[in-house]
Amino acid sequence: MGLFSSLAEKLGNVFSKITSRGKLTEGDIKQAMREIRIALLEADVNYAVVKDFVSKVSEKAVGEAVLKSLTPGQQVVKIVNDELVELMGSTNSKLEVSSKPPTVILMCGLQGAGKTTFCGKLGGYLLKQGKKPMFAACDVYRPAAINQLQVVGKKVNIPVFEQGAGNPVKIAANAVEEAKKLGYDTVIVDTAGRLHINEQLMTELKEIKQKTAPTEILLTVDAMTGQDAVNVAKTFNDELDITGVILTKLDGDTRGGAALSIRSVTGKPIKFCGTGEKPTDIEPFYPDRMASRILGMGDVLTLIEKAQNAVSEEEMKKLEKRMRENKFTLEDFLTQFKSLAKMGDINDVVAMIPGMNRANVDSRAIDERINKYKSIILSMTPQERNHPEIIKSSRRKRIAAGSGTTVQEVNALLKQYDQTREMMRAANSGKLPQMQQKIVRQKRRFR
Amino acid sequence: MGFFSKIKEGLKKTKEAIAYKLNKLFTGGVLTDDFYDELEEILITSDIGAETTDTVMDRLKGEIDKNHVRDTATVRTLLKKILVELLEENEQPTYEYPLVIMLSGVNGVGKTTAIGKLAKKFKKAGKSVTIAAADTFRAAAADQLTVWAERANVRIIKHTEGADPAAVVFDAAQSVKSKNGDVLLVDTAGRLHNKKNLMEELKKISRVVERELPDAMVMNYIVLDATTGQNAISQVEIFNEAIDIDGIVLTKLDGTAKGGVVLAIAGELGVPVVYVGVGEGIDDLEDFNAEEFVNGIMDEQ
Repeated sequence: MGLFSSLAEKLGNVFSKITSRGKLTEGDIKQAMREIRIALLEADVNYAVVKDFVSKVSEKAVGEAVLKSLTPGQQVVKIVNDELVELMGSTNSKLEVSSKPPTVILMCGLQGAGKTTFCGKLGGYLLKQGKKPMFAACDVYRPAAINQLQVVGKKVNIPVFEQGAGNPVKIAANAVEEAKKLGYDTVIVDTAGRLHINEQLMTELKEIKQKTAPTEILLTVDAMTGQDAVNVAKTFNDELDITGVILTKLDGDTRGGAALSIRSVTGKPIKFCGTGEKPTDIEPFYPDRMASRILGMGDVLTLIEKAQNAVSEEEMKKLEKRMRENKFTLEDFLTQFKSLAKMGDINDVVAMIPGMNRANVDSRAIDERINKYKSIILSMTPQERNHPEIIKSSRRKRIAAGSGTTVQEVNALLKQYDQTREMMRAANSGKLPQMQQKIVRQKRRFR
Repeated sequence: MGFFSKIKEGLKKTKEAIAYKLNKLFTGGVLTDDFYDELEEILITSDIGAETTDTVMDRLKGEIDKNHVRDTATVRTLLKKILVELLEENEQPTYEYPLVIMLSGVNGVGKTTAIGKLAKKFKKAGKSVTIAAADTFRAAAADQLTVWAERANVRIIKHTEGADPAAVVFDAAQSVKSKNGDVLLVDTAGRLHNKKNLMEELKKISRVVERELPDAMVMNYIVLDATTGQNAISQVEIFNEAIDIDGIVLTKLDGTAKGGVVLAIAGELGVPVVYVGVGEGIDDLEDFNAEEFVNGIMDEQ
């Protein structure tokens, strides 16, 4: 694959060469650094940032302690990882809230970075946290931009303040006034995409900033951006003194080098990332997690969080109790399917498991199967769902007909249910190793 | 008046800084290691990519040795020649009518805007143009396209949001057939190339076009944002697997991004750049010209 393999794979290759040999020479490290350099450049990390990064890492790697240690390869991996984390800003930074509501969040960025879409996600996110947000439609240039924000607003149930194609500075100021009057505690200001070299439009943003005194000025950057990311981020930061960065479209196969560059050039943290087209596809940005994702060490923490978000605490407790009492029914199985669907694209989920890169699972085929299973269970009577053992041949036929599936598919579902229940019984009685084997087998079935 | 003369008007500090650096470099005189390092930096920061940069640098060094070049000015000419050759290996298409142009690409690259500009271009050439608003996914995409259709004064076929895009294209094809139209422009929803089901949808749209307008010339263009880095290669490669990409529309070249990744794409995949977008006005779409593009990378007038 050469050019197209991911940064994680590339670094993996470099280090497997090193780790397979116990000892490292200075020449080895030089070779590794050269490959890291190319990998980072192919990942769109900025040229100057790469230069800096490589010299910092090799300085540390050439150190006596590394060369003489028993596992020099792993030492180098650790150094690279630590430096990556440091480069991206060490800790996750949260959104600031104004002490005097409303908190104004000003969104800015180039055309097509995903500002309007992200407004929706951020609004939904804040709503979930108990805030009362409002949108201000200040993109008066692009055809139908206001319309788009209104559709987005409707989806997440957040009102949009608009005054047609008026003066964006005035609209923003009026929106803040309106929010005060109506008791909204957050105003998210959507602005038109603009080139950083367009002085007139940059002045407009400065005026909006002056008039609305935003607590957060968030620059939206497409994760696929190349070398130019530093110019864009630097100019926006110089002009507006931004407070943070949003990285969008991270659900593509981009290696996301822009994330590495932007922080080091602006000194401003990346606060969130967009990971899909649904309004809920928003994640806080964690530098350490991103670094381990890049280095192919998986991202277990995000995975756990995703699962938690998909299943409510109440559901979780109920499920736990049923598992303990060995009362896991088809009804619970249905709930599981529903939460699995909520976790998003199966490929993204798989990519977060340590040791597994983005598997090319056909997510549609899996979705289809899950949908089939759902409709099969939904075609059962409550009694059947709670006592699956009564489902014999004639009931199977009826269920298949009712759900538009075949008897074979009904059988397959019941078999999978049996196995899951067995697994849970094993877990309850402490036979964990057996259960793990089963999981492996199940995963294969899903491929 | 090439497209870069238009861009020059909008240029500010950033680009001038690069130009200054380059001019200094090429008037410096002697060929030193630093000279090669800086040349490499220019290529890489134009998004040409590490591997293609290596290839270009090797070729350049070969030429320098062969021709016993000693001064930097000649090196500049040689480098330009190599880059232009890389792009010109890919031939530009000649159109026959009826013609269908379908634009696809990832989210936010400027597909809808490019459709609007293309509509104006063909309309100006006296063609009868129909637009199919097959982006039924993004909020208000059809509304945005309707505004462009009005500006270009062409027909537009659209359905409601969430409708089947293939059905929109089917209706548009019927309309083109019954009205004996010349050009059908198909706008599609932005999709990340690693989403398999969305790529399948694109194949379906493409099948409908070929079935309904069997005598038309069909061109599938991928729209690339000039600010995109090396991921553009993966985009072209995977879209190409799904629907056979015939060319590239390179947008947003009016910023500081150089769009150098198309050099890597030309070298690796042999897909030509057909149009470049250089602004937000309806006329800001130009035919691609390899020499002017390379001048842009090297910051020459």
